[in-house]
Amino acid sequence: MTAPAKFRFVSTDRRVREDRRFVVGKGRFAADIMPPGVKHVALVTSPHPHARIRSIDKRAALAMPGVHYVLDGAELAAATLPLAAGLDTPNVPRRPLAVDVARYAGEWVAAVVADSRALAEDAAEAVAVDYEPLPFVLDGEEAYRPGSPLVHAAHGSNVLLDRTFVWGEVEKDFAACPHRLKHRVTWGRSATVPIETFGVTASWDPWREILDIWASIQMPKYPDQTAVALKLPASSVRVHYDVDVGGSYGVKRGIKHTVLVGHLARRLGMPVRLVEDRLENMRGGDMHGPERNFDVEVAFDDAGVIHAMKMRALDNVGAYAGRSPFQLGKPVGAIVGPYRIRSVQYQAIAVVTNKTVQEAVRAFGQSPTNYAIERTIDEVANRLGLDRLEVRRRNLIRREEFPYLIPSGSTYDSGDYHTVIEKVLQRADYAALVAERDRLRAQGMLAGIGIAACLEPSGGNSSFEPLLNPKNETTTWMDSCRISVDLGGSITATMHTSSSGQGHETLVGTVVGEVLEIDPDRVRVVRADSLNALPSNSPVGSRMAIMLGGAAFHAAQKLKGKLVAIAAHDLNVPAERLTYREGNVIDSSAPERKRSWAELVAIAHRHIHRLPPGMEPGLSVAHIMPVPTGGTLPTPDGRVQMYPCYAFEFHLMLVAIDPDLGKPEIRRYVVGHDCGTVINPKIVRGMTMGGIAHGIGAALYEEFAYSGDGLLMAQTFMDYLLPSAHEVPPVEIVHHATPSPHTVFGQKGSGESGYLGAPAAVASAVNDALRPLGIVVNSLPIKMARLGDLIAQARRGS
Amino acid sequence: MKPAPFEYSRARSVEEACALLAADDGARLIAGGQTLVPLMAMRLARPTRLVDIARIPELAYVRDVHVDDPQLHGREEASGEGKAAAVAIGATTKQAVVEHDALVRAKVPLLAKAMPLVGHDATRARGTIGGSLANGDSAAEIVLTAVTLGATLTWRVDGRTEQAEASQFFLGPMVTALPPAACLLEARFPVWSEPRVGTGFHEVNERHGDFAFAAAAAQIAVDGDGRCTRAALGIGAATAVPLRLDGVAKALQGTRCEESLVRRLVAEALAEVETMADLHASAEYRRRAAITLAVRAVSDAHRTARRA
Amino acid sequence: MNVELKKVELKVNGATHVVEVEPRTSLLDCLRDRLLLTGAHAGCEHGVCGACTVLLDGVAVRSCLMFAVQADGYAITTIEGLSPGPGELSPVQDAFCEAHGMQCGYCTPAMILTAHALLARNPSPTRAQIIEAISGNICRCTGYAQIVEAIALAADRMRGQNLPPDRS
Repeated sequence: MTAPAKFRFVSTDRRVREDRRFVVGKGRFAADIMPPGVKHVALVTSPHPHARIRSIDKRAALAMPGVHYVLDGAELAAATLPLAAGLDTPNVPRRPLAVDVARYAGEWVAAVVADSRALAEDAAEAVAVDYEPLPFVLDGEEAYRPGSPLVHAAHGSNVLLDRTFVWGEVEKDFAACPHRLKHRVTWGRSATVPIETFGVTASWDPWREILDIWASIQMPKYPDQTAVALKLPASSVRVHYDVDVGGSYGVKRGIKHTVLVGHLARRLGMPVRLVEDRLENMRGGDMHGPERNFDVEVAFDDAGVIHAMKMRALDNVGAYAGRSPFQLGKPVGAIVGPYRIRSVQYQAIAVVTNKTVQEAVRAFGQSPTNYAIERTIDEVANRLGLDRLEVRRRNLIRREEFPYLIPSGSTYDSGDYHTVIEKVLQRADYAALVAERDRLRAQGMLAGIGIAACLEPSGGNSSFEPLLNPKNETTTWMDSCRISVDLGGSITATMHTSSSGQGHETLVGTVVGEVLEIDPDRVRVVRADSLNALPSNSPVGSRMAIMLGGAAFHAAQKLKGKLVAIAAHDLNVPAERLTYREGNVIDSSAPERKRSWAELVAIAHRHIHRLPPGMEPGLSVAHIMPVPTGGTLPTPDGRVQMYPCYAFEFHLMLVAIDPDLGKPEIRRYVVGHDCGTVINPKIVRGMTMGGIAHGIGAALYEEFAYSGDGLLMAQTFMDYLLPSAHEVPPVEIVHHATPSPHTVFGQKGSGESGYLGAPAAVASAVNDALRPLGIVVNSLPIKMARLGDLIAQARRGS
Repeated sequence: MKPAPFEYSRARSVEEACALLAADDGARLIAGGQTLVPLMAMRLARPTRLVDIARIPELAYVRDVHVDDPQLHGREEASGEGKAAAVAIGATTKQAVVEHDALVRAKVPLLAKAMPLVGHDATRARGTIGGSLANGDSAAEIVLTAVTLGATLTWRVDGRTEQAEASQFFLGPMVTALPPAACLLEARFPVWSEPRVGTGFHEVNERHGDFAFAAAAAQIAVDGDGRCTRAALGIGAATAVPLRLDGVAKALQGTRCEESLVRRLVAEALAEVETMADLHASAEYRRRAAITLAVRAVSDAHRTARRA
Repeated sequence: MNVELKKVELKVNGATHVVEVEPRTSLLDCLRDRLLLTGAHAGCEHGVCGACTVLLDGVAVRSCLMFAVQADGYAITTIEGLSPGPGELSPVQDAFCEAHGMQCGYCTPAMILTAHALLARNPSPTRAQIIEAISGNICRCTGYAQIVEAIALAADRMRGQNLPPDRS
């Protein structure tokens, strides 16, 4: 349902209240939290991609100053349960420290606890581990083939998942089409790499039997999984959500760090903390993103309309798996992108290799999938000699077709893709852009126009879990908000998760203020801890505007309802005659009869005799909200409503490439963004710009490259190249809003915006630039020197 | 990433610094630390003692000098007394100081052109000229400039003052002629006295401020008709040690430095040279990029010389 | 190795502190762990990301690349030294709030200090100059757009051309 079109506070240009503490350096980040007597952890890591651990000699380390303990994998495994896996893979256990076998270079083998981080690092160097190197495999396709070295012998193969879905009459549709196109498109291994590494401090109170945890966390079910692994009841684990997280974009799921530190805190009876240094983070923090080959085949007609698609997606998840293989499942919810493709065959394959473990990365597999779809549609246009925009127009779902059911069972809630595109073309002056491209080409540059039309599914059902693991029936997620009005009449709202820069406190204040018709700045927003939290699932899946916003909305409505009910009873008039306005409740037919906010608060808290019979005293309400459209299991053939809301983005860019140096430069960039109603424009714009920067990084600069010896070569920021302000061009964002029918204000998520389309757009532009030379580049990242080599090769050949 | 433990001494004089170095094999000098400290954080460098020379007053300066040294490479025009002109920069002079120095801008324009490309503002605020030179990274702009102009490096060791011209100083990847217990004192950059001098400096890196994959530095003097009377051309980052293309420089004299000529000459000069390959770029890429950048650097130098 | 601790006098935000540290203690760690000035952040500890930026005599430097024992004799400014008073914001800090030039806040103190240093030496920077000035500070949240706008807004305001709107 949508609220009235004119809002008081929603969609207005409000400051983000969290900013105040950040600009004065009073953010409270994980590394800022130092309980008295806290000890520090440093890791001993495997130098081999695959090796048996024959022995670990701790004596020298233990003799060093300030060292309290050296923990190894065997001891930890005896005291804990394995970390939760998403797929049904009991023979692929995952633990914080390697047990018997180290399976990737950088894997954590032992943990040293000392009085300072420096002393712990000194001692970590002195731990002597005897390894017996084993054969290893790095390439995903090679790991998939029988006969490759096994990463987990007990599992019998390197395949964690290999499932094919067929939705619609794929073979029939293929047979009926005059044209086919098949290619492989590769998304290289990168990640969103926050500037803050993962940090966690744990402190065990044996008298209260509570393990307190402060962590830079962004993870659903974190307290629960921590408790299970540590063999504690969840009511003995108190995660403090009021820790500011220095960026996450999916990856800060430090469950192995937490179990490690939690165990040590209990074992040693002192608070213990692990703040990854950058080397530990890059190699062994297990925060890499998808590394995926897409083999895409489409069947299309003479007009370039694609009727059917076959997609094989093989992802190299690294040496173990937590949730990351689900990144093959979430894209099922938008498997055809914004296009009217009738039938789809989708094969999802997850393999293990001797590389660092993957974690959830922003959009959970959707950006690589969007890239594969967009590369394909560009090639369809090229094959037929048709304009790439025109082919998209012919394939895009039309405004009047919403809500639109796609073959894999998700219904897209709303959209108007053609209008967004037109707006962008107008803003960019598309004809002038093309002319500029041609002018650059005439000057001897390579130049290309990049186009990408991509979806951002938002709202977060968990249906990819039962989709890929029938034993796991987690269907959906909820989120919550509690609002209390105190004796003095001030308002406090509580949220029940941590945040990593999304401005959730501002979101809640704005929504509550909107509903209660009061200045949002009057709404105090605080965070619970996991013991006094209502159910929440953490900001993932672009869900919080929808879910936290929705929960806050409904809680505020409940509060309003309660105030009206109190006034009705006290005034002795039917509630229908009353109007709530800006905190006061007024008899519409006799406006002099009213109850003010202060009076209502007094009745609720003190004058209980004036409360309606049966009503609870006080003014505390809560709302726990399930995901709209959620809560269903997939059908046997794998159809399910994945996420409720679908935002749309259209990227248009002009790229120039220096042909001699291969250096690409984005000369113009315009993005159309439709995420429904925008609750806070500054926040949403910031998200989109940040997502674009991540996308440019993934497309052109960032790669976790491995040597043939299985070592991560890009392990510091000297070799893993993060875009600076020079590498991110100015971007104009054009807005459009097709509200979602499922949400309280019509809002859709936007936490992953920009990242979902930028890599596809960059790839499109580079390929357009290279077309005159006959070069096609179907893998990311497109690194400058490699591009230079390709160009030189092509020029020599011509 | 905390460094391994070390002792710290602050030297008040060059003699003290050298003595501390001589007394301990594992001792190393630190001035700006912008290169050394990251290596220590990664425990790739593990000095037992850091000898801090950053505050030795006599090591930080930018001066006009006239040198009575016939061995100085290049044809610095003699002043009236038969001495050659140069700008001497003390080893611990901060890069940011050199970047904004009026004398450098006027007399060593190639260095002035290179400085903004060195790292970032915050690293130039602490990093020193000597630190970059002593580190000897072929991708360093200051190193390339020194090689291109034939700068003279002077150091103190064991009570002696020694020096070498740049081509004898940079010996291998991060390997210089500096003996183990030496303290670099100064880099002296020759000043060209020709009236019409222009410069060009081009590098290619993935991101602004990164170490370059290839770089080219050119300084050109022209006569009134725009013909080259003198040239210096250096290639950095493509090979383990920067190359000074003397043959190309000589061949450019008398010409107008036409692009096709420069391209052919540089390509020939690099034909037998083995360029470096690594994670970031192939050997062929570096070779091609070096040629392209050399052409652009010479073109800039020629054009700015004509306007001078 | 049993290293001799060194006594260092550090002038931070106008106050003098005497600390005893191992030589290997970085200025960053000293500020954070000893002086409890946790506004400077560790992002990489090898001098690339800039999250550790502080000002030395008004010039932005990477505090992870300095040892505390090197830092005596300078006027060190951290983010904690910029607010005019409790609950108050400097014009640059306020401009960052107005433009929402941040999200997670982790790189923000460094960005603000860098902006201060820039505006002190160049009160009217062009967009290109702002970008060059912050190019040594990596942000993973914002894509830089609103940071650049914040700095431009701060410059405008400090020049008196664009006074803060009345917020009543």
